[in-house]
Amino acid sequence: MSEAVSTAAKGRARGAGRPGPIRLLLNNTLAASGLVLLVLIIAAALLAPLLPLPDPDATAPADRLLRPLTEGHLLGTDALGRDILSRLVWGTRVSLAVGISATLIAAFFGSLIGLVAGYAGGRVDAFLMRGIDMVMAFPYILLALAIVAALGPGLLNALYAIAVVNIPFFARNIRGITIGLSRREFVDAARLSGKSNAGILFGEILPNVLPVIIITMSTTIGWMILETAGLSFLGLGAQPPQADLGSMLGEGRKILFTAPHVSIIPGLMIFALVMSINLLGDGVRDVLDPRLKSGALTRPVARTAVERRTVPETRTHGDSVLEVADLNTEFHIGGDVYRAVGGIDLHLKQGECLGIVGESGSGKSVTAMSLMGLVPTPPGRITGGAAWLDGEDLFAVSDERIRALRGADVSHVFQDPLSTLHPLFTIGDQLTEAIMAHRPIRRSEADARAEELLRLVRITNPAERLKVYPHELSGGMRQRVCIAMALANDAKIIIADEPTTALDVTVQAQILSLMDTLRRESNAAILFITHDFGVVSAVCDRVAVMYAGRIVETGTTEEVLNAPAHPYTRKLIDCVPVLGEPGRRLDAIEGRPPVVNDLPPGCAFAARCPRVKPDCRRGHIALSSLGDTQAVRCLYPLTGETADD
Amino acid sequence: MTDTPLLEIDTAERVFGGGRTLFGKSLPAVHAVQGISFDVRRGETLGIVGESGCGKSTLARLIVGLDTPTSGAITFDGMDLVAEARRDPQKLAQRVQYVFQDPVASLNPRKTIRTILEAPLKHLLGLDRGAREKRLRELMEAVNLAPEFLERYPHEFSGGQAQRIGIARALAADPELIVLDEPVSALDVSVQAQVLNILDDLKKTFGLTYVFISHDLSVIESVSDRVAVLYFGRLAELGASERIFSAPRHPYTHLLLKSAPVPGKRSLIPEDANTELPDPYDPPQGCAFFARCPRGTDRCKSEQPPLEAAPGHPGHMAACHHPVEENEDA
Repeated sequence: MSEAVSTAAKGRARGAGRPGPIRLLLNNTLAASGLVLLVLIIAAALLAPLLPLPDPDATAPADRLLRPLTEGHLLGTDALGRDILSRLVWGTRVSLAVGISATLIAAFFGSLIGLVAGYAGGRVDAFLMRGIDMVMAFPYILLALAIVAALGPGLLNALYAIAVVNIPFFARNIRGITIGLSRREFVDAARLSGKSNAGILFGEILPNVLPVIIITMSTTIGWMILETAGLSFLGLGAQPPQADLGSMLGEGRKILFTAPHVSIIPGLMIFALVMSINLLGDGVRDVLDPRLKSGALTRPVARTAVERRTVPETRTHGDSVLEVADLNTEFHIGGDVYRAVGGIDLHLKQGECLGIVGESGSGKSVTAMSLMGLVPTPPGRITGGAAWLDGEDLFAVSDERIRALRGADVSHVFQDPLSTLHPLFTIGDQLTEAIMAHRPIRRSEADARAEELLRLVRITNPAERLKVYPHELSGGMRQRVCIAMALANDAKIIIADEPTTALDVTVQAQILSLMDTLRRESNAAILFITHDFGVVSAVCDRVAVMYAGRIVETGTTEEVLNAPAHPYTRKLIDCVPVLGEPGRRLDAIEGRPPVVNDLPPGCAFAARCPRVKPDCRRGHIALSSLGDTQAVRCLYPLTGETADD
Repeated sequence: MTDTPLLEIDTAERVFGGGRTLFGKSLPAVHAVQGISFDVRRGETLGIVGESGCGKSTLARLIVGLDTPTSGAITFDGMDLVAEARRDPQKLAQRVQYVFQDPVASLNPRKTIRTILEAPLKHLLGLDRGAREKRLRELMEAVNLAPEFLERYPHEFSGGQAQRIGIARALAADPELIVLDEPVSALDVSVQAQVLNILDDLKKTFGLTYVFISHDLSVIESVSDRVAVLYFGRLAELGASERIFSAPRHPYTHLLLKSAPVPGKRSLIPEDANTELPDPYDPPQGCAFFARCPRGTDRCKSEQPPLEAAPGHPGHMAACHHPVEENEDA
């Protein structure tokens, strides 16, 4: 229980580090100014009965058309001598009330129709949505006019008309989201938990749709007020003598040239009201929309920020194409610092394949992305270390140089080829683009080179395949195209980030064989990131095992697989079922990896390690050599005789 | 383990699409599952293995009644499962449950774990508040999670913990059969082992029957008593786990076993072999594996191979005209 309390406290502390929705909204200057203006307007409207205002409907023919700033009439009077300020405040009150009620009515019925249509699908959906289509087929003002014409002029009828006209907007929006949500697994799970359709629709789907309804409402209120004003302007809304912004505008229209203030003042009010609501609505959307919340609004810069506190000077592996020394990459989110990579040393010889193995969150991908500055900034930054590509420090070179190196000397193959390839361009376009970005050659030469590349990755009939789009190829074929693209400019290093994880086993085996052959033919070095020791065995010469942002063990593939020295490596190998050994009880690793914003002192694996001793939890533990090639970050490494205990 | 089948599937078929347009033009149809027959015995784990697009998940949804077969029969403990799913889905859900592939997506992000786990207790078992509280504690203990977690939301959990909640939800109604659709493939390897071990313990404690679906051969081998290999919506091979893994008869099973990465083994697969599946809108007349098969003949091209038992092993069936015999090397 005490553990739960402490983690809960920690959760709150973390919550304080990340700004809440209200603070995010206030940080947005435009939204905040919209909010202030709106609050002022609403306050004035709400307080209208208490304010020392003259009766808005009291006519005084003697004082007609007084200019603003006249004694007793701050904003002047209208054609009947009524005080404009008073009418403005009372009119705003009416306009706001109508706009908000119309929005609520439209949101309620529109969302209900959208939810039912999206969830039920089939005939119900077709019937409801065709009805909505019919409403949409008329221009909105025409429809509103027709409704008012049928029901008779009046504010309440105008309200109904505006609500009805806006129902389709909500219905279509909500239907789209509901369709997506009702195919989700949690809906199936609720069904298997015995929930009825109504229970699922209102208990499971509605809570997930609610933010969208609120966002849609916040962006429509302004529009509704405008429409109300429109109808009143035409004389179909508020009836005299009642004040309403639209009817005030209408009354002032006839005397626009003799007494412009009568129409300009309500016009400005409508402008201020609608503008403030829209600014606030946009701000609310930015805060609530999950896509924008995920950081899509913070555009990362083209290259990871480098703020090195320490810069290693000497290279120790002179013969390597790539050498990484003491690489540190951090993510600064809110008040927290996530040390994703905490001091990585690597080296890669020409034609060598180094596997980086680790679980999710171990920092293996961030290590690879750091090399070419592909870690998004903000929030990521490289805070230490160096990466030498043929003696050139990648963290010190210019942006222009990095751009020239990306896709040329260092290329990437990612996990999901479908999201790596652009869906709207043919394979040929994308390959030639990759070639021509780095070489000043003619299109025809680039085409020939692209064809040659496809042949290289064993794609049959390459000339024809250049003309197809990514979706026309199978997953294995797409990954072959990505490999071809990585080879397009005679890369020295290919960074392959889980390139076969999304593929079927038979396809995976072929892609692995292909990569193995190609690196021997082209002599490119491969940095191969994976979580699977089976895959490592298939292609890698050496392997580095990562845990919580550090390398805990490195060595040749044979050494690490046959005689793992770090207890984590041993456990990681033993917890995977191996084909041909079905009887073995899996040796699970209990617990979870530490979070990298709160790393324990000493060994990060200590909490889960069966061999832990008190000194494991103190001080820095260095990577110590065990023979020529193997090294381990452990005070009590497993040796041959203790490996089985 | 007894030999009475708990679940019998008889030539189940599921076609997506098809039908005709308003003007009588026929629409393209995909046979996701075709002519699949097998049974699951009480207390066993039947592993179903196959690559993407082979119909594993469609089959799983048919078994739990989330989907209805286009033709064929599914019988659960002597009762017509398809009819029951339509008539009284809650009664079926009490006996057959499902564990989803993506643990986080299968939990509603806006509900606490308590609300999620209480749903089956309330709707399927109709327990009162006190009984629910007691059962919740039992469930959390069964999947090795602290009871404090009940008040939290799904996003606060790691994949492994979320999957354990998914398993607890499936267990809640005390079912007899649980269909596990790739329950560990979204998890990290160290967590995968935790979940596999929990599943193994639960099966023993509660006397469950599992249908375990996975694309990972080594996982299937470690959990299954019997194994069904699917290819392109059809059953390629079916038999006891040790037979399938030691003496596979279908060339596709051979290819799968040869392709699986094993620590300490370098790949032996040629890198340019054909890996394309046939076009699902235009399925071949004969064996779907023909284009990739090293043993294919003209007969395979024109004639669909029936599921036939291996000589001397009546429970070991393969759908192949030229199966690999035990003493030869494919």
